Amino acid sequence: MSAAIDTGNTGFGDTGRAADSGRLAAKFETLRREGRGGLVTFVTAGDPDYATSLRIVQGLPGAGADVIEIGMPFTDPMADGPSIQAASLRALRAGMTLRGTLKLVTEFRQTDAETPIILMGYYNPIYSYGVERFLTDARAAGVDGLIVVDLPPEEDGELCLPALAAGINFIRLATPTTDDKRLPTVLANTSGFVYYVSITGITGAATATEEAITEAVGRLRRHTDLPVAVGFGITTPAAAASVARLADAAVVGSAIVNRITANLDETGLAAPGLVDDVLAFVRTLSEGVRAARG
Amino acid sequence: MQRLNTYRSGPDEHGHFGIFGGRFVAETLMPLILDVEGAYNAAKVDPAFKAELRHYLTHYVGRPSPLYHAERLTARFGGAKVYFKRDELNHTGAHKINNCMGQILLARRMGKRRIIAETGAGQHGVATATVCALFDLPCTIYMGETDIERQKPNVFRMKLLGAEVKAVKSGARTLKDAMNEALRDWVTNVEDTFYIIGTVAGPHPYPAMVRDFQSVIGEEVREQMMSAEGRLPDSLVACIGGGSNAMGLFYPFLDEPTVKMVAVEAAGHGIETGAHAASLTGGRPGVLHGNRTYLLQDEDGQILEGHSISAGLDYPGIGPEHSWLHDVGRVEYVSATDNEALDAFQMCSRMEGIIPALEPAHALAAVIKLAPTLPKDHLLVMNMCGRGDKDIFTVADALGVKI
Repeated sequence: MSAAIDTGNTGFGDTGRAADSGRLAAKFETLRREGRGGLVTFVTAGDPDYATSLRIVQGLPGAGADVIEIGMPFTDPMADGPSIQAASLRALRAGMTLRGTLKLVTEFRQTDAETPIILMGYYNPIYSYGVERFLTDARAAGVDGLIVVDLPPEEDGELCLPALAAGINFIRLATPTTDDKRLPTVLANTSGFVYYVSITGITGAATATEEAITEAVGRLRRHTDLPVAVGFGITTPAAAASVARLADAAVVGSAIVNRITANLDETGLAAPGLVDDVLAFVRTLSEGVRAARG
Repeated sequence: MQRLNTYRSGPDEHGHFGIFGGRFVAETLMPLILDVEGAYNAAKVDPAFKAELRHYLTHYVGRPSPLYHAERLTARFGGAKVYFKRDELNHTGAHKINNCMGQILLARRMGKRRIIAETGAGQHGVATATVCALFDLPCTIYMGETDIERQKPNVFRMKLLGAEVKAVKSGARTLKDAMNEALRDWVTNVEDTFYIIGTVAGPHPYPAMVRDFQSVIGEEVREQMMSAEGRLPDSLVACIGGGSNAMGLFYPFLDEPTVKMVAVEAAGHGIETGAHAASLTGGRPGVLHGNRTYLLQDEDGQILEGHSISAGLDYPGIGPEHSWLHDVGRVEYVSATDNEALDAFQMCSRMEGIIPALEPAHALAAVIKLAPTLPKDHLLVMNMCGRGDKDIFTVADALGVKI
């Protein structure tokens, strides 16, 4: 394998990068000041329906989420486990689209100007929407960063470089298979933070050991000054706390989505109390994270 | 039509055929994909690898497969002289094993200890289970629940061969979903597992690698036609789901300007009904399963389910090289409906004593239309890429017959 990968923009420097919203940097600065790790929470946009989903997202900062990661639903989420696959399909069945996801972010921003929003998903809906148009609309909606699972550095010309030029962070996933030789390639055009996928596998599956995470975070820190968030397989407040001790933030996804699933009625619609239950769970995660370095 | 000096130079080093192809996979898989590419590049120029593959193709698969002049059908059509490339006579009953043999030898070279694969009609699953039995490697096959139901004989064959068949319950429970699930397995077991992709799709280097392993079909046709007729064929016809049998037949002839090529997509209930699997005729470019290619998708970029009576063609995408050959105009892409394929299936059984798989029955449906319009000295080769034993239940059901 080669570290010198042609990204279509080899002389990449400051000229190719527009100033971003500053929300992510400000958040990680606050976390540093507070001496704690952050909590990144994931929910799928429009799950189980637009209105419920918006209420969840609007409630997340108050429940202690430091960064909100919102899934862009896709029919074929190849890196996701059963929970998030089902969430995607629920949202799509309820009529969610990429346009709807951007609308949800726009509505959220009307009452929250500070909490960073990261959109996570797969490339095809963005490609179909049109990359330039998507970036313009996402920036206008108040999106701070993108995580696109099926765009490795080898395809940086597709979305990563245009996103950086449009002032939207492109957050790359580093994984246990990303060795020291490849890591510089993965980090080259990463911005905002680095998302370390702590296991080889899909979301909501296995859990990495604390020892493995410690070693991986240490390795990443030797290669980058960017904040490091760790995700995949973090399902409990205790696990979130343990990761928040070792990294700059812990990402919890499937476990939150499972709270949504647990609050659906027999027809698959939101039961009364869904939003409160999900936010109560996020509060326990947040308390875990906040107590972690206490 | 755009004229190029060669149609055989792709893909470029990034795996692109024009705008198509590429490596759209999760980071977890990238190092492995690069390893597979490196190992394949080394193997394909290694005489020992080529000799080993040749040995198994000859003595185990039974190659070369015959090139057979279909006399009765030729007489009936009253036009082109129709030949069948008899890849349904390969061990396991389809062209799929050409590729599986190549990939498993590569997996062994790479020291991989476990094999996974996706399957639609079950032909690729059977071929994969077969080579895994031959080389004593554990094997897990992902297959949609819908396909398990309509391809029961192949499911049992895979189990007899020692494979574990995992039913995929997501989506429409067909080939697309089986491929998603196989990718999820791969991303989880990346260290020891080799993924034998069954068609000319997926991330680079798979589209090129599978094409190369299948090109034995076209290479044999060239030699066999030279010896039978003293010249190249005038046209080549093949069915296309992902498109591996078509690429294998076409590729060696792409730079022969006199050779016309027709690929036949599955039109299901008819393109106008929306219930079809014709990505080129009814789709537009998008990104799925590691590559950019024509896909059936809605306005939001959500992938639509394909439909075909043939489980092997029931896929909403197509190999990226086909998308490119379509756009540059080198290959003509047409379609045939479920009913046309059923008619061709029966005609071939009665008139040639060959029960074709429902997949090449689509190719034959196009030949039925095309051959009568062509002169008698026109040499047409259709790839009979699989046999129809696996389909008799589906066909009986469609014809209202109880077995």
